[in-house]
Amino acid sequence: MTNTRSRPVEARPDPLTWLRQNLFNNWWNSLLTVFSLWLVYALGGGISVWAFTEANWRVIPVNLRLFLVGQYPLTEIWRIWFLVALLALLTGSALAIWAASYRRIAVGFALTPLLLALLPFSLANRLWLASLTLLGLLGWFMARNANLSMRRLVMWGGVLWVPVSVLIMSGLGDENPFLPSVGTNLWGGLLLTMLLTIVGIAISFPLGVLLALGRRSDLPIIRWASVAYIELIRGVPLITLLFMAQLMLPLFLPANVSIDRVLRAQVGIILFSAAYLAENVRGGLQAIPKGQFEASYALGLSGVQTTLLIILPQALRIAIPVLVGQFIGLLKDTSLVAIVGLFDLLGIAKTVLAQPEFLGLQREVYAFISVFYWLLSYGMSYISQRLESALGLGQR
Amino acid sequence: MRDETRQPIITAKNVNKWYGHFHVLKDVNMEVHKGEVIVIFGPSGSGKSSFIRCINRLEEYQSGQIVVDGIELTSDIRNIERIRMETGMVFQQFNLFPHLTVLENVILAPVQVRKWSKDKATELGQQLLQRVGIPEQAEKYPGQLSGGQQQRVAIARALAMQPRIMLFDEPTSALDPEMIKEVLDVMTELARSGMTMLVVTHEMGFAKAVADRMFFFDKGQIVESGTPQDIFTNPQEDRTKLFLSQILTH
Repeated sequence: MTNTRSRPVEARPDPLTWLRQNLFNNWWNSLLTVFSLWLVYALGGGISVWAFTEANWRVIPVNLRLFLVGQYPLTEIWRIWFLVALLALLTGSALAIWAASYRRIAVGFALTPLLLALLPFSLANRLWLASLTLLGLLGWFMARNANLSMRRLVMWGGVLWVPVSVLIMSGLGDENPFLPSVGTNLWGGLLLTMLLTIVGIAISFPLGVLLALGRRSDLPIIRWASVAYIELIRGVPLITLLFMAQLMLPLFLPANVSIDRVLRAQVGIILFSAAYLAENVRGGLQAIPKGQFEASYALGLSGVQTTLLIILPQALRIAIPVLVGQFIGLLKDTSLVAIVGLFDLLGIAKTVLAQPEFLGLQREVYAFISVFYWLLSYGMSYISQRLESALGLGQR
Repeated sequence: MRDETRQPIITAKNVNKWYGHFHVLKDVNMEVHKGEVIVIFGPSGSGKSSFIRCINRLEEYQSGQIVVDGIELTSDIRNIERIRMETGMVFQQFNLFPHLTVLENVILAPVQVRKWSKDKATELGQQLLQRVGIPEQAEKYPGQLSGGQQQRVAIARALAMQPRIMLFDEPTSALDPEMIKEVLDVMTELARSGMTMLVVTHEMGFAKAVADRMFFFDKGQIVESGTPQDIFTNPQEDRTKLFLSQILTH
């Protein structure tokens, strides 16, 4: 005999009852509901009237190429298509290997190029975008039942994609017939924003982990150096670092040595981000109980093994939400390079607005680029939420 | 009888330890022979945990000498790592690695420290999980197990390094009452197999049945030691009598 009974089914209220229970259950809530509806109508209505009747959206299609790749030469744009295609293939494979059970992420990635194709592109470019989705699907099916060597291939492909992209984009020298140099002064728009963000994350993250470990080191010199670095950088706004890199660095260098301006901004962003990441990682490290170290040492693992195999995997998992927050911050902080004269998404927006025929179209242009920033930020945030729930298994 | 069996496997001579100004171990002397099961008991704060944590150098001591299996504990990291390979430890709070599965917890050290192949370590790991009675939990994460099961995994993890000595630091104190027996059963089986064991515990039934010798710690000193027979039926010191009467009739 058992006492177990199934849980009683809760009746779902019909819409009218739901409305009455939740929005109009007393006079005060009714008043708030009516006021909120009016507010939504007033704001939303105003914005839609502007967007659909008054706004002059012509500025977007005419300058679309500028927004996406800046002044990157038309004849060399195939390089960017090639790199994006490679990324689509890698992303498809990576999703099949590591996130196969997260269909919504996969579908989101597959839809992204198709959504972008809704922008006023030429037909050829729309076909290119659609083929990105096909490449992603191809990658997915190639890696669906991946063995170990395929997994390694995809992982290394992802790691190497960043330096290879920078190399291909910048070319192999002025004389090279196949890949002539393209100066970074021509890189711009979304391309530059993404480059600064991806390279920034890829380099500042390991640097931040090292600084966090350094700050907890038993060796006083390493500890004090890490503390000094972190506190010094955190005491300075990013824009100051960028100005220092752009304006003051040349004063200290010999006249014949010049460092690329994009590289200088990139270094500034990396140095800045690493200090904040270090503190985020340190927060994760501090959450690991002392017993984890003791158990690891008692088994005979060395300090390095303990850190790499026991402590960091747990600490980084705990720190995922703040780390992703920092990455999103980094993405938006890259817009500061516009102030020191680089042509990222925001910088390009400013040059577009400076053209005589598009004067006074700030609202249209800034609305357009803010949609890009929002999409990228929300994408990162969504993936991190999924990552957190995927890694929730095995938490105490 | 061979010579080395008369040589103690653990020798502690005049060990003194301070936490700041607090004198936690005062001239502790102990010799443990191979295959002996030692139970250490005493009131909280008496230094019993600190003492066994000195044996694998999770804690430092400031004066005296500890020799484990012929290796003297110094601050030389190589000696410390050699001793840690020879001694397994089980903690009150289990301290399993929550991000690894049960089997991964068990085979981590043999693969990383002893440099065994993963296949060989997995084979041993599965044998050990069988031995502690939970072979079916190998692929689960520690958070999915009961406290008793977690502690048995912790014992299997320590045994995977094939240690010559096992240290138990209050292994049943954090367990719900109905799970204590399953852990003590595993420890009893281990003791019968000839493992040298130092157990800090208040499980007097276990001590009576399994221990070869018992040590009573109070205020950082060994107050009294002897066979379970001596300790339970004929304690010499008033403090021992008082403590035993308190824990046996609670």
